[in-house]
Amino acid sequence: MPGLDIEREVLIDAPAEVVWRTITEPDQMSQWFADRVDLVVEPGAHGYMQFGDQGGPVVVETVDPPTRFSFRWNHPRGEEPVAGNSMLVEFTLTPEGDERTRLRVAESGHELVAWPDAEKQRYADEHRGGWAEFLDRLASVVAKPSR
Amino acid sequence: MTTDIDDELWSAIADPSRRRVIDLLVSNGDVSASWLAGHVPFSRQAVSKHLVVLEQAGLVSRRKQGREVLYQVEAHRLDQATRAMADLAAQWDRRLTTIKRLAEAAHAEAKKKRRL
Repeated sequence: MPGLDIEREVLIDAPAEVVWRTITEPDQMSQWFADRVDLVVEPGAHGYMQFGDQGGPVVVETVDPPTRFSFRWNHPRGEEPVAGNSMLVEFTLTPEGDERTRLRVAESGHELVAWPDAEKQRYADEHRGGWAEFLDRLASVVAKPSR
Repeated sequence: MTTDIDDELWSAIADPSRRRVIDLLVSNGDVSASWLAGHVPFSRQAVSKHLVVLEQAGLVSRRKQGREVLYQVEAHRLDQATRAMADLAAQWDRRLTTIKRLAEAAHAEAKKKRRL
């Protein structure tokens, strides 16, 4: 998908239904994500997440149990998160056998706006490595003495 | 959270089009806005807008050479951006590790109950 930036994954020894509850139930979310989570897990639902003394709105996008869950947030700016000003967090759960689940998370930045699809695809192909590749290139520049 | 990085820097690097511009400046050194426009799939106008945002965030600077304005990356600020992005990836790794621990504990607990 074009524009996806950070992608991470982990293999969990538990069925997808259990992992699903861990990532979507507010009392569970408050253990791995925000300090306090006020959220109804329904598409389009608006919620709030508190991190220490800061917090911000969050909007649920996709709820497709037990395989896909996504939401938008734009911490730390605190504006209403919509496409273009926010980060989209997408979880994908893939069962691997009865008691094992691959959990992938992708956090993407601002959308590629107003580009023809062919250009988006080309850009995505060129930037398949996303931030990881970008980081490598930046690291090589940063290592050079500045002019 | 991304509290170590200011809003301006964050939104500057969060946009893939702007990262493309940075990429080009990184690999080609001092170039003009027109040259950049010839190497990206967006308009000259869009390039100018991105350059303004990048300049405000301190990621690029400009200098005049004859009648041309040339842009270059600011290594120190890029370094900050690089670290911020690496931090973000590390944060997700930590969160996934916690999710794994919670889910595996819940699953083990459920299995134990079933056996009783």
